[in-house]
Amino acid sequence: MSQNLLLTDAAGRPKNPAPTGTPLLSVRDLHVTFSSEAGDVRAVRGVSYDLHPGEVLGIVGESGSGKSVSAMAILGLLPDNARITGSIKLEGRELLGLGDKRMSKIRGKDIAMVFQDPLSALTPVFTVGDQIVEALTVHQKLSRDAARKRALELLDVVGIPDPERRFKNFPHEFSGGMRQRVMIAMAIANDPKVILCDEPTTALDVTIQAQILEALKNAQELTGAAILMITHDLGVVAGFADKVSVMYAGRPVEQGAVDEIYYRPRMPYTIGLLGSIPRLDVSGEHGRRPLTPIEGNPPSMVDLPDACPFADRCPIVTDICRDAEPELLPAGPDSHPSACHRRADLESGTIPIDQVYPVPEIPETHLDAVPREQRSPVLEVKGLQKHFPLMRGAVFKRRVGTVKAVDGIDFEIREGETLGLVGESGCGKTTTLLEILELVAPQAGSIAVFGSQAANLSGRERMEMRKDIQIVFQDPMASLDPRMPVGEAIAEPLRTHGWSQDKAYERVAELLELVGLEPYHASRFPREFSGGQRQRICVARALALNPKVVILDEPVSALDVSIQAGVINLLDELRAKLGLSYLFVAHDLSVVRHIADRVAVMYLGRIVEIGDVSSVFELPSHPYTQALLSAIPLPDPRKERERSRILLPGDLPSPANVPSGCRFRDRCFKYASLNAAEQSKCRDEDPVIVARPGKQDHAAACHFADALEVV
Amino acid sequence: MTAPTAADTESVQPFAAAPARSGRAALVWRRFRRNKFAMVGLVGLVLLFLFAFLGPLLTHWSPTDIDLVNTQSGPTGDHFFGTDDVGHDMFAQTVSGMQKSLIIGLLVALLSTGSAGLLGTAAAYFGGWWEKVIVWLTDLFLVVPSLLMLIILSPYFQGASWLVLVPMIALFSWMITSRVVRGMTLTIREREFVRAARYMGVPAWTIIRRHIIPNISSILIVDFTLNVGAAIVTESFLSFLGFGIRTPNVSLGTVINDGAQFASTDQWYLFVFPASVLVLIILCVNFIGDGLRDALDPNSTGASAR
Repeated sequence: MSQNLLLTDAAGRPKNPAPTGTPLLSVRDLHVTFSSEAGDVRAVRGVSYDLHPGEVLGIVGESGSGKSVSAMAILGLLPDNARITGSIKLEGRELLGLGDKRMSKIRGKDIAMVFQDPLSALTPVFTVGDQIVEALTVHQKLSRDAARKRALELLDVVGIPDPERRFKNFPHEFSGGMRQRVMIAMAIANDPKVILCDEPTTALDVTIQAQILEALKNAQELTGAAILMITHDLGVVAGFADKVSVMYAGRPVEQGAVDEIYYRPRMPYTIGLLGSIPRLDVSGEHGRRPLTPIEGNPPSMVDLPDACPFADRCPIVTDICRDAEPELLPAGPDSHPSACHRRADLESGTIPIDQVYPVPEIPETHLDAVPREQRSPVLEVKGLQKHFPLMRGAVFKRRVGTVKAVDGIDFEIREGETLGLVGESGCGKTTTLLEILELVAPQAGSIAVFGSQAANLSGRERMEMRKDIQIVFQDPMASLDPRMPVGEAIAEPLRTHGWSQDKAYERVAELLELVGLEPYHASRFPREFSGGQRQRICVARALALNPKVVILDEPVSALDVSIQAGVINLLDELRAKLGLSYLFVAHDLSVVRHIADRVAVMYLGRIVEIGDVSSVFELPSHPYTQALLSAIPLPDPRKERERSRILLPGDLPSPANVPSGCRFRDRCFKYASLNAAEQSKCRDEDPVIVARPGKQDHAAACHFADALEVV
Repeated sequence: MTAPTAADTESVQPFAAAPARSGRAALVWRRFRRNKFAMVGLVGLVLLFLFAFLGPLLTHWSPTDIDLVNTQSGPTGDHFFGTDDVGHDMFAQTVSGMQKSLIIGLLVALLSTGSAGLLGTAAAYFGGWWEKVIVWLTDLFLVVPSLLMLIILSPYFQGASWLVLVPMIALFSWMITSRVVRGMTLTIREREFVRAARYMGVPAWTIIRRHIIPNISSILIVDFTLNVGAAIVTESFLSFLGFGIRTPNVSLGTVINDGAQFASTDQWYLFVFPASVLVLIILCVNFIGDGLRDALDPNSTGASAR
């Protein structure tokens, strides 16, 4: 019977199932408590929701808000030291208290799961096909052939090309996006009633994320399953979910239909989250809209007092907030439930939603008044190339190919300017950075800092130059020595460049204050800080020697949204205060739009489009930029529903095997629409980057470049 | 998943007692001092050293003296630890043995763990020819039967001082640690904080000293404490075979070896006293090692302020 469901289109399914009738999955007052040395960690404190057939519920929250734990509780996959109370009913049947054996019958059959990390969720030693067959045969009596046939069908459904061949491949032979498709195939193998997705696209690039969301949507339409989507990304949920539940400190603080939450938020946390996401579609007067960060950190889940857990971070906190924890209640007769003592004020408009958080000023510098042409260039990169030889053979190594990681790129950064370098993973961003930071002659091309060529530097000059060019890495935990007190870490560049101990300590205190920390923090270890604070420490270390250029390698991508905004604002402020220039590397175009003056889009070792932010974002001219921009979900449900996405087929090709002519043509949607003569031009001629007609600072590397509004 | 970190619980301890500015050395010392066992170990080791070097002053017997009147006597006011068959004063022998064993144990451990750390990190950090040569050397020493080599080499050092034993034992006990250290360094080398230090212009050896060694310190410390005991045992074994410390010189190893056969007889004191001294030495070193490891490791709760 389940086979039929998959083969026939679920056309008979009501398009928008009314949220009445019996819920499929009903969670009531779910509490999960872990015992730990520090005391009881109350990870989930009273979660209730209903999930109706065909519905998508998005659970949004930052790390540690209890969203994943509550999902694991449904599957009965929590460790033994978890105490679970409340009720979880699937079609009226209580799941809590069922033994592992009974739960195994439900897991994978009635409730399926798609995990965040598709690499660790697949067994590396079995072929993908075998794993899907296993998922099938565990719950269904199928002959080998039938199971195989169905597995192939499933691979086809989730959009894996050439399923016959791919069936026999091992997980490591798949890209991240492909693996996630396999996970989805396994999840829908037994026509589940509910699919739990735990951050299914967080580990993926934006264009792949768009593909996976599409695959999930297809899978849902085919199976008619309800989806519980757990994510931290308000953009993903906006276009995908019907209902949203915002979680904070183990509790839902606001629940309602997606439009209600986005357009009429009634809880300062939600308002803060929405205000702190960098958005592609909003630009302020100066081309930038300031982000409103939520100050502070989420509370510890041990010994929570009877107070609103958000009180310490809330800009509209009153005395009552500290005395009692607010219930999840509707703010008005036709409003959705929210857990805030001041919901009535928010509902009536006594406190306007857009004035809950103070809007920070966008800092300006004297340099902003100087036209770009008159500023001196601080970093010039010309024709930079980095090829890695591909070696084969155990005893006698021979060269079998070349990985063209960076294949001739040009850009320059002028004083007080931020250049955003964006692209998907594997496009050569990081290699570019590392090449610049080595400060030696590149394989080909040139790197010049303040006009002096890196190739001509003597050892001493190079050491001097390191003062002027510093880096902040992506992962603030990995880039701080865990065994070094942060004061010592910040002092390291100073001591290296000959500062005395006393002077260095004074400077450390000064730097800690500059990035919004306290001088006494100097003697603590990195682990005592939260992610955002650690990244501030990394920024302090980078600024220790008063550099002129700071290279930021995805500085906020490892942070939670509410923390991210604070760090972005800090970087912006420091740039203005200290007259810094940034090379800001990111995969997230919305962040770049916020902080950068100019942007360069990289694809497979080349810059395909470069220009000032407003030109590139408003009138992207290269098909890749267009696809990239169109793949980014907007935290705006209405816009999301109206947008049509440009879906790129396939994955980024390997830089060891660059296509002839235009390197983007294999995935280019424009190429497909061209006639034969034009196509042969794309195939044979490598496009050079040329200025867009009529534009001073906007260039694209496409034979048929044409502006297209996609946001 | 929701493990509370110190940042959450905000164990705000403004370090009122301590000055706000304190480098790593001061911080590690402060954390070390908080550990009771570590302090016991440190004080104990100092006392053992004092005992070994000031102990001879407590008795008029020297280790070579023979008290023909009181052979096989139990612990008395004159012979604190008794005497053996020949009439050697066990107290004098133990104390004199301790002097050598303490020095051999600690020096060998320092030398072998030190060179293992140095060679392992250098091999992994520098790579290239450095790595090839060091790995080759490590493998060579691993396959050479060390005891045989020591026995073959020992005649050449016939007339030399017993201190020659230190480099000889150390020479054959660094390889395995060095390989482990190399493996660990290979992963740490790729971490971003090492890269960050390089781009700051920090010299290679400073990076090894400041970033890599502290991050592999747990293994080095464990290795060091194990090596102290192993060195004392190796030395006694060599002495037993007649290649290490020879009469009339004694070491703790030789004293224990001679006494071992009496362990379960009524002459127990011949074994128990020197053996307990050995246990005490190793215990103290272990306590210090544990304390040091906790003090260096920010993740350990034992050393953090409460």
